[in-house]
Amino acid sequence: MASVEISSTHPAAHESVIHPRWVRITHWINAVAIIVMIGSGWQIYNASPLFPFTFPRSITIGGWLAGALMWHFAAMWVLVINGIVYVTLGIASGRFRRKLLPIRPSEVVADVKAALSGHLAHDDLSVYNAVQRLLYLGVILAGVVIVLSGLAIWKPIQLQELTALFGGYDAARYVHFLAMALIVGFITIHVIMALLVPKSLRAMILGK
Amino acid sequence: MTRIRKPIPGVDKQLLIKDAAKLLPDPTRRLFLRGAGSLGALTFLSGCDILDGAGAERVLRKISTFNDGAQALLFNPNKLAPTYPDSMITRPFPFNAYYSLDEAPEVDGASYKLIVGGLVENKKSWTLDELYALPQEKQVTRHICVEGWSAIGSWTGVRLSEFLKRVGADTRAKYVWFRCAEGYSNTIDMPTALHPQTQMTFKFDNEILPRAYGFPMKIRMPTKLGFKNPKYVMEMAVTNDDLGGYWEDQGYNWFSGL
Repeated sequence: MASVEISSTHPAAHESVIHPRWVRITHWINAVAIIVMIGSGWQIYNASPLFPFTFPRSITIGGWLAGALMWHFAAMWVLVINGIVYVTLGIASGRFRRKLLPIRPSEVVADVKAALSGHLAHDDLSVYNAVQRLLYLGVILAGVVIVLSGLAIWKPIQLQELTALFGGYDAARYVHFLAMALIVGFITIHVIMALLVPKSLRAMILGK
Repeated sequence: MTRIRKPIPGVDKQLLIKDAAKLLPDPTRRLFLRGAGSLGALTFLSGCDILDGAGAERVLRKISTFNDGAQALLFNPNKLAPTYPDSMITRPFPFNAYYSLDEAPEVDGASYKLIVGGLVENKKSWTLDELYALPQEKQVTRHICVEGWSAIGSWTGVRLSEFLKRVGADTRAKYVWFRCAEGYSNTIDMPTALHPQTQMTFKFDNEILPRAYGFPMKIRMPTKLGFKNPKYVMEMAVTNDDLGGYWEDQGYNWFSGL
C-alpha cells in the first residue's frame, strides 16, 4: 500500500492525475467482483424467483445453484474487502467530499436536461457534474445496502438484528434484489457514458 | 422400496417436483462449472487455469472450505433462531427433496430401531417408543431453503444434546453423522449438534411426523439451511471424521449455517 497515492492535494498531481492509482485499482477489482456477484446472483435467483421471470442461463454464472453459490460466496470476499479499502480511502483522502459533494437538486435537474438534449459537456474529467455526483454517490450507497441485505439473507440467525432491520428474511431478499437492479441500472448508464466519452475510460486505466 | 401412490394431504406435488428438479445438476456435466462462464466475466480471469473447469472448481471448493471456517467462527452456540406463533405456520408446508413424494422412503415404525454408533458409551439401538419417552419440546421456527424460499413450521421432539448426553457421547468429538433411509447422509459440526434448538423431531404440527416430512425421525436444525436437515434418519454416529453428505459432496457448502 506504500506506493498508493491517497491524496491528490498536491497541485501538480491534481492537475495531471484525474484518478489516483488506488481509485483505478479498486475500480477494476470491483468491476470484476460485481460482474461475478451479479451473474451468480441471477443464477441463485432462478432457483426461487421473486418475480414471474428468470434470467436466461446464458447470462448467468455457475451453471447450477451450487456452482453459482460457490462463485457468489467467493467473489463476496473480493467485493467486500475491496469495497472497504475504497470507501475508507475515499473518505480519508477527502476525495468523496471533494468530488461527490455537494449535490444540489436544481443542478441535477439542469444537468439531466442538458444530458438528455446532448449538451452536457465532459470537458474537465476531474470535475463531476451534478448527475455524475448523484449516480456515483447513489451507487456507493446501493453497494452498502446490497452488502448489508446480503449479510441479512446469509446469516438470518447469527445476524438476526440486521435481518429484522430489513423487515425479516423474505423482505431482505427483495431489498437485495432491488439494490442489484439499481446497480445494474447504474452500470448500464456508466458503460454507455464511458463508450460515448472514451477519454474517461482512458483516465480510469491510465489515470489521466 | 415400496411405492404407494397415495396423495399426502397438504403436499403440493407440482411444487415438489419443480423444486427437486431445480436442485439437480445438469446430468450432462460432471464438472458443474465447465461452460458456466458468461457475460464475458471469465475473460477477465484468462491467463490462469481458472478458465479450466477443474481448476476453477478446485479453487472455489477451497474458498468454500474457508467459508466453513468463517461460519463456524460466526456461529454463536447460544444464539437462538427466532420463534413464531402457531398462526404464522406455513400451510401447506412444502415438501422438497431430490425425489418425488411417491419415492419417499416408507419406514416401518414398529420395527424401526435407531442405530447409534461412533464415539458413544452406549451403542444400543433405540425403538420409537423408547425415543418417544424422552422429554420433548416444540419449536415453531423458519425453515430456509438453499434455493431462497422459506417456510415456518412446527416441530416437536427431543433435544439432540439431551440424547447425546444420555448415550454418553464424547462431545469433544468434531462431528455427528446421520444416515437416512433414502440414501441421503449428512455430517454436522458438534457445536450445532449441541445447539438448544437442534432437535430429534418426531412430530410436525403436533401430529406424528408424516412420511413427507421424514417419518419416523428427522433432525431439525433451524440454524442450518434446509438441505442440512436429515429426514428418515436410520443411524447416527459421533465421529472425528468428516464423512461428507449427499449435497455437500456435489458442491453445496458444508457448514451452510444461518
